[in-house]
Amino acid sequence: MSVENMTVTTIFDKSQEGRKGLNLPVLDVEAKTTLDSSLLRKEKAKLPQLSEFDVVRHFTNLSNKNMAIDKNFYPLGSCTMKYNPKIAERVAGLEGFSSIHPHVITNNMNEDVQGILETVDMLEKNLCEVTGMKKFTTTPQAGAHGEMLGIMMIDKYHRSKGNKRKYIIVPDSSHGTNPATATMVGYEVITIKSDANGGMDFDDYCAKMNEDVAAVMLTVPNTLGLYNPRIKQLCEVAHKYDALMYYDGANMNAIMGVARPGDIGFDVIHINVHKTFATPHGGGGPGSGPVGVSEKLMEFLPDLGIKKVNDIYEFTTGGKNSIGKISPFFGNYGISLRAITYMTTLGGNGMYNTSSKAVLNANYILNRLKDYFDVPFGNKCMHECVISAKTLAKGGVTAMDIAKYLLDFGMHAPTVYFPLIVKEAIMIEPTETENKQTLDLFCDTMIDAVNLAKKAPADFQHYPKTLGVCRPDDTMAIKNLNVRYEQ
Amino acid sequence: MPYTPHTQTEVREMLDVIGLEKESDLFASIPDDLKVSKLDLPDGLDEFSTFNMFKKLASKNVTNKLMFMGGGYYDHVVPSAVDALAGRSEFYTAYTPYQAEASQGTLQALYEYQSLICELTGMDVSNASMYDGATALAEAALMAVRITRRNKILVDAGVNPTYIEVVKTYLSFRDIEVEVIDMNGEESNLEAVESKIDNTVAAYLFQNPNFFGSVSDFTSICDKLHEHKALAVMSAYPVSLGMLKDPGSLGVDIVSADGQCLGNYLSFGGPTFGMVATKTEYIRNLPGRIIGKTLDKDGKELFVLTMQAREQHIRRQRATSNICSNQNLLALRSTMFLSLIGREGLVTMAELCFNKSEYLKEQISKVSGISVVNTQSTFNEFVIKTPLSASDLLAKLSDKGFYAGVNLSALYENRTNEILISVTEKRTKEDMDQLVTAIGEVL
Repeated sequence: MSVENMTVTTIFDKSQEGRKGLNLPVLDVEAKTTLDSSLLRKEKAKLPQLSEFDVVRHFTNLSNKNMAIDKNFYPLGSCTMKYNPKIAERVAGLEGFSSIHPHVITNNMNEDVQGILETVDMLEKNLCEVTGMKKFTTTPQAGAHGEMLGIMMIDKYHRSKGNKRKYIIVPDSSHGTNPATATMVGYEVITIKSDANGGMDFDDYCAKMNEDVAAVMLTVPNTLGLYNPRIKQLCEVAHKYDALMYYDGANMNAIMGVARPGDIGFDVIHINVHKTFATPHGGGGPGSGPVGVSEKLMEFLPDLGIKKVNDIYEFTTGGKNSIGKISPFFGNYGISLRAITYMTTLGGNGMYNTSSKAVLNANYILNRLKDYFDVPFGNKCMHECVISAKTLAKGGVTAMDIAKYLLDFGMHAPTVYFPLIVKEAIMIEPTETENKQTLDLFCDTMIDAVNLAKKAPADFQHYPKTLGVCRPDDTMAIKNLNVRYEQ
Repeated sequence: MPYTPHTQTEVREMLDVIGLEKESDLFASIPDDLKVSKLDLPDGLDEFSTFNMFKKLASKNVTNKLMFMGGGYYDHVVPSAVDALAGRSEFYTAYTPYQAEASQGTLQALYEYQSLICELTGMDVSNASMYDGATALAEAALMAVRITRRNKILVDAGVNPTYIEVVKTYLSFRDIEVEVIDMNGEESNLEAVESKIDNTVAAYLFQNPNFFGSVSDFTSICDKLHEHKALAVMSAYPVSLGMLKDPGSLGVDIVSADGQCLGNYLSFGGPTFGMVATKTEYIRNLPGRIIGKTLDKDGKELFVLTMQAREQHIRRQRATSNICSNQNLLALRSTMFLSLIGREGLVTMAELCFNKSEYLKEQISKVSGISVVNTQSTFNEFVIKTPLSASDLLAKLSDKGFYAGVNLSALYENRTNEILISVTEKRTKEDMDQLVTAIGEVL
């Protein structure tokens, strides 16, 4: 193999001294004596020097090295990789939304942004109806940011009653962001184990619950793809001690139009609009994590909102108990806009259908694969299923091997090794937008993998074979840390 | 509009495989008393009616006023190539690059992003981006607390006031003391800062150019902080770094910034992205994703997410932050932007902003009744004092078709007649002359 094939060529390697890309407007005023030299940069930032076409070709070629929903089935559990309707991109690209300066808010020129404020209002109202919560804020910039806001409001709630509580309860099946958020807001974490049915162990939960617990954070349905039938009881137990119930809405795609967190008794919820409401994942962001609250927490909402007075939208500031600001303005507004566009096309009638088909697709996969893999929690699930390669692993083929095998068949891998409580976990979330033919191809490929694993387990070390690179050395990445191009 | 492809026949076939009679049985695990019958929302609209509806809403927002507002969000050029490249769905419909072999496009672009940010800021390492400039500064403060194991943060009052509010919110739940240090007019009171630095201080947070546009030399403050083993944390304006001394040369330990100005739209304040860069020795305390280069099993170079043991999905409650996502697509746009503008282009852009701002400053100070408040050098923003209230003047200029600046009286109690004006490379001499004439007319 030639050296060229063994090394990557970065944008810096393509730089040529003196080459220019972008033309800027010309200077049409007199150039001034520059600033005092103590304030000036001594050496120019070593940015690469390329033509526009060089840059276009470079990044176009890079884009070809990605799998993406538009190209590939992407059954990542807990990530809801559904189709992102193109109309949302078109709407977000309208100059009337994209070119608006946020300090219009500071200047209180609300009359100039009535259209924007109406979209914010539409989104907040839609989310209230879908979740049964009283009021939403769209200021959090991601799910984890929403979690942080939620726990901050809960903290304020307890403090306003003169209590500083110490603990947050999370189940061991939770997303890592839940315990990490608790720490960010200054809490200690109590982890409750899951029982044989995949739900939080009820007796242990009751035993750990006391007046030092500020909140319980639950993902519903949970990360095993299961709906806990005792969910209402869990809320009642917490409320007896005035501990509040936090709903991690990451899996909202399973239950739209079916059951509403607010009706069940939850006090706070965050929604990942990049999951349930089809905004693009962008390769890892931006997302948006609007937060809804029950009556109890309204006074703690962050310091920027809207209200309608005589048919005109106005800005509102937080009340005296507001937690303050977690974002300067309306968070990732451009993402909120895509979400409300999607919701408008989907409508109330489309939401139930969305969840129903998401659950149908996941159950179909689970039932087609249940005889080939270990199935830790039965043959029914909600919008995602968790199977295990525990038995296969004894023969040498792990969940990661299966994941890498799939990549060669034009499919992204499911989430593997999460939730942490299932050995050799493979977490599959097909979403409602995939057709039966794709699901069948996926299941057939998974079954082929199992057959191959039994015949020739050693072969798996060579997958993926078609993507140009195979099996990174992660240990070396940490040991010989190389996180920037050295010039 | 349904986005579900299922035919009736297929639904039946699938239910048979699952062993269910009807589709509603899929929700059997949810107790009946928790179920709702129907959502009170309108039915879904077709694409064309939806687009018309949003087009009408977009037209209710004003886009035709000449922009002189800055304050952390700037009306800079956005090259067409950035839109075209970031608009490729291979980028925008991908997920977090957990499967390295299937994500080399995103991973390499982010490695290039980290490298560009290091060159720009003069720092050793950068993460792969965070939410925005405000939250990045808050994360930088928390990082300084972790590194120094001290829990007192000094914040310069020249930091963007909305950033200060966000920092205060983040820190207020952690028993970390925050002390805001007042300014000398529009410039940092460096003597007051020096007198506050002692062995209990984790970090001093400052912004350069500060919120009022003034540029200062913070080198001696950085030295003083280091004498006390405290850290210098600077919030930067990336475009200004084409001209101004890079934070690394100033002696800064952690740099944060908002990346909106690097090829991203104003979009009512978001999405933008935040950057955090630091020195190699602090990398283990850096929050957020980091991309590294390594070899695959055949010895080929490739890129991976690395040092994940700092992050929430591995470390849970012991993670450096709860952050899960980065603002990947926006960071990607800035990577494309910085590649397009290049080494000389960034200098030109910064000088355009500076020179045009100097021109406007000079012209505007000739208007009778108006004075420029900044006494020291500015980059591309400055503060004027007006005989009218800031709100009145801005409203009158708005009627004449200008967003003349940010109303400082809305942000500070003692700045009732003051406006923050910003100039970018997009404003022409004619634009600026028109603004000056308009101010003369309304006064």
